[in-house]
Amino acid sequence: MTAKVSLATVWLDGCSGCHMSFLDIDEVLLNIADRIDLVYSPLVDNKVFPEMVDLTLVEGAVSSEDDRAKIIKIRQHTRLLIAMGDCAVTGNVPAMRNRYSVEAIQQRAYVENADLQRQPPTSVVPKLLPKVQPVHNVVTVDQFLPGCPPPSTLIRDVLLALLAGQKPTFAPRFG
Amino acid sequence: MSSVKTLKINGKDVSARTDDTILQVIREHDIFLPTLCHIEGLSAVGACRLCLVEINGSSKLRSACVTQVEEGMEVVTDNERLQKYRRMILEMLFVEGNHVCAVCVANGYCELQWLAERLGVDHTRLIYLHPDKHVDASHYRYAIDHNRCILCARCVRVCGEIEGAHTWDVAGRGINAHVVTDLNTSWDSSPTCTECGKCVQVCPTGALFKKSRAIGEMAKDNHFLPYLKTMREVNKNDR
Ligand code: SF4
Ligand code: SF4
Ligand code: SF4
Ligand code: FES
Repeated sequence: MTAKVSLATVWLDGCSGCHMSFLDIDEVLLNIADRIDLVYSPLVDNKVFPEMVDLTLVEGAVSSEDDRAKIIKIRQHTRLLIAMGDCAVTGNVPAMRNRYSVEAIQQRAYVENADLQRQPPTSVVPKLLPKVQPVHNVVTVDQFLPGCPPPSTLIRDVLLALLAGQKPTFAPRFG
Repeated sequence: MSSVKTLKINGKDVSARTDDTILQVIREHDIFLPTLCHIEGLSAVGACRLCLVEINGSSKLRSACVTQVEEGMEVVTDNERLQKYRRMILEMLFVEGNHVCAVCVANGYCELQWLAERLGVDHTRLIYLHPDKHVDASHYRYAIDHNRCILCARCVRVCGEIEGAHTWDVAGRGINAHVVTDLNTSWDSSPTCTECGKCVQVCPTGALFKKSRAIGEMAKDNHFLPYLKTMREVNKNDR
């Protein structure tokens, strides 16, 4: 196979820690650089998701209308979708707001704890969904990579296996 | 009557004492069987159902920790159906609480987490319930985080059967069940608790913890577990 594998990474409601862990695979990134094309990512400049991507790593839970629209679109244009990290896999810390209403949370964040402009945003900031959801509650996920963040060795092994056309076998810690 | 029974476990002939449970025989033969509520030396309650086994090919599964051996029994400890049920049980435990391992004192030291890893749970197919649960941090040394309690009742049993304090109990039913100290009062006001810390150490998850522990620091001190059986017998004879 000579064609490069196209790779995308997406950042929904997460802290970017999973992307840091992804970058932490260091020299492996250099070794596979000639086999992959990073076509869309917070790490590159491209603003439009390509027509079809082989492999997309998703960091973060689905928390806002913007997250949901993004992931639905990305799913339609991705062959293999990987939920990367606990926020994407379980909802994790972002989902801790799920037992409160959106109104209560906004009241707390934008009114009670604010000094200036004490009101919830009405434009620009995407609207929050009533409940934060793991990615697989919204679209089909092909592979789960739990961890907060997933160890870079795990990301590395999964990437290398997929690039070799194998199904990754590993037992990650879950929860 | 003979004091020995013979049975088959996974096709292999084994012998057992008449009053053994299936779990005891399985453990004696170093066969892996997941358990969460069970601790050798405490009474068996069959609360978690993870130790499900198949007996004589029956469709009705039995909990190995509360089922006595019988002559000629054929026990299967592992097959696809059992794995499927066990994974489902673990998934239910995760969605019924608020387990956020990334910010849990027991992260890396938790039996629920270990079993999920061992049984290949890498996500849950059920919807997280995000129940409204509380933390009682009133005690100066220990705290209980109900978000991470799986209702195994190990705390109830170790406190009652070994320490003899009977501080813990299970209150409520079904999804509303939870453990309470004394008459559902705060732990710091407990007239019974001796502060021995046994409940904290046998708790399989991060639900019971020492206050000085931060995320991923609550390694459980299990050195006394081998002596539980003896301690319990001493207590019984004392009464
Ligand atoms: S108790 Fe165990 S499963 Fe629950 S959050 Fe803590 S480490 Fe995770
Ligand atoms: S510290 Fe000891 S006495 Fe107190 S509740 Fe726990 S087991 Fe019971
Ligand atoms: S507090 Fe811990 S030991 Fe007690 S029932 Fe809950 S999980 Fe089990
Ligand atoms: S270990 Fe048997 S039911 Fe929990």
